[in-house]
Amino acid sequence: MGFSLSVSQADAVLRALKKDYRVYAPKRFPKQGRYSDTDIIRYAEVDSFADIVWDTKSDYPAKEVITPIQQAIFYFTEDEYRASKVKTKPILLLARPCDINAQRIQARIYAGNGGYDDLYYIRVRELVKFAVMDCNGGDDTCFCVSMGTNRTDDYALALKFSADGLLVQVADESFAPYFQDMPQAEYSHAFVEENELKVTIPDLSDKAVRMALKSHSMWQEYNSRCISCGACTVACSTCTCFTTRDVIYGVNPEVGERRRVTASCQISGFDQMAGQSEFRSTAADRMRYKVLHKFHDYKARFGEEHMCVGCGRCTHRCPELISITATVNKVSAAVEEIKASMASQ
Amino acid sequence: MSTDAKPAHGQFMQLSIPMIGEAPISVSAQGDGWLEFTIRSVGKVTNVIFQKEAGDTLFLRGPYGKGWPVEQFRDKHLVVITGGTGLAPVRSMLNMLAQTPGYARSVHLICGFKNADGIVFHNELEEWKNHFSTIYTLDNGTLEGWRTGMVTAFVPELPFDSFGGDYAVVIVGPPPMMKFTGLALMDHGVDPEKVWMSFERKMSCAVGKCGHCRIDEVYVCLDGPVFPYTVARDLVD
Repeated sequence: MGFSLSVSQADAVLRALKKDYRVYAPKRFPKQGRYSDTDIIRYAEVDSFADIVWDTKSDYPAKEVITPIQQAIFYFTEDEYRASKVKTKPILLLARPCDINAQRIQARIYAGNGGYDDLYYIRVRELVKFAVMDCNGGDDTCFCVSMGTNRTDDYALALKFSADGLLVQVADESFAPYFQDMPQAEYSHAFVEENELKVTIPDLSDKAVRMALKSHSMWQEYNSRCISCGACTVACSTCTCFTTRDVIYGVNPEVGERRRVTASCQISGFDQMAGQSEFRSTAADRMRYKVLHKFHDYKARFGEEHMCVGCGRCTHRCPELISITATVNKVSAAVEEIKASMASQ
Repeated sequence: MSTDAKPAHGQFMQLSIPMIGEAPISVSAQGDGWLEFTIRSVGKVTNVIFQKEAGDTLFLRGPYGKGWPVEQFRDKHLVVITGGTGLAPVRSMLNMLAQTPGYARSVHLICGFKNADGIVFHNELEEWKNHFSTIYTLDNGTLEGWRTGMVTAFVPELPFDSFGGDYAVVIVGPPPMMKFTGLALMDHGVDPEKVWMSFERKMSCAVGKCGHCRIDEVYVCLDGPVFPYTVARDLVD
């Protein structure tokens, strides 16, 4: 079932949807960018068609809707405590295939890993339905096709935006009533089949090769380039790590909350225990840890797919212009070098 | 602490103080309705624990992780090598072994401490002499009845030849101590399949979500803290 909506019709549908759903989409926040006179595009609730940024990749991923950068997990009063609560109104999340696929990847960690389900993730994730946004292959940092995350069938609506309005494919029948009086049109969603950028995913199936890669000199480059700021992991569609932090309210030390705060393996202290030294004390160690998680370790644990969805946001956000695609291609080259040297021995 | 939690030997609990934070701590002894933890005052949570008095409340969750494969140690010659407070996570198992003669065919214990001030569990160290074959050593300094040197120096004294292949080895201590003890055992012809180690890593959640304790494809909180040596030796932080 397809529809063609003008901007005003799209606004009417959005108003109707907002009665039943919190509608989240990429939104522009003027002058809030990292540099002077730049904007930031991140996920937020939208009120009108004009709020939705559909022609540029968001700086930050859709995961922020489900796992905010910080949240209270419970509240204390002296020795008593209670778990935090969240809004139970369903969420319609407008996202591109990379961000939708990222949720399947995050879910393997948050739900199920080790037999434990994370209440704080699941209680929000269960409220979410996706509306997939048309993507023309993204920008010069995107490589979803290389990662196999350019397609998805996890969506209730498929949307193709233009300045004049919206083409809609309704995949979940429960959304049909919102489009009842709207003009019908043939629309069947198509996914991007090629990006400008391509990566060669390294073959790390051999343990001896993997061990040699970990001590390979290629990582040393990042000691002089990476500043361990963690911008890449905050912008990452799939990074899940967090730390818990207790916060006391004002001057009353008996009342406060325990908060879950996004953590980054790139920032010093991530693996540091009280009274002990860090295991990964250099930018090179931390980069190796992150890259191998995305392109080997996650898949080794959970099977099926790598942890990276090729959204390119880490490259986009890196203040030192470190490119994940260039890094992965360097890993692939190092792996070939290691294999050749092993074969010649 | 009084609690109804019943951890297996080698598991850990999350100890928590509202307004301060939470930390994973191994269980060093247990009985009906109580647990004991061995804690040094080295961080935010542990510093505040030292200010607590009898009757105060600590928050506990757990037990978490995989402990020692105690069933696999039955009827074996068991070698236990510890460094410093690494003795804590094996203490409850050692006490069980001391109280259950015949569970293991023999127990050989090597305990190393940095210096005399670092020695913990004095009474039990004395008591274990009555049940196990023991070597107690200080890295630095001398003490009556104690040897001097790293635990690795005493690996050659372990009578592996007399075990007829029927043995298991447990190593716990700081990462370098475990690494070099493992290598010393391998040099000594010990079968890597018969060695276990217990890891300690930073954790926020203890349930495989927060990511702090992950090493390669392994989560220390879920898959450890006790690992077979064949897994542990290849993990790169």
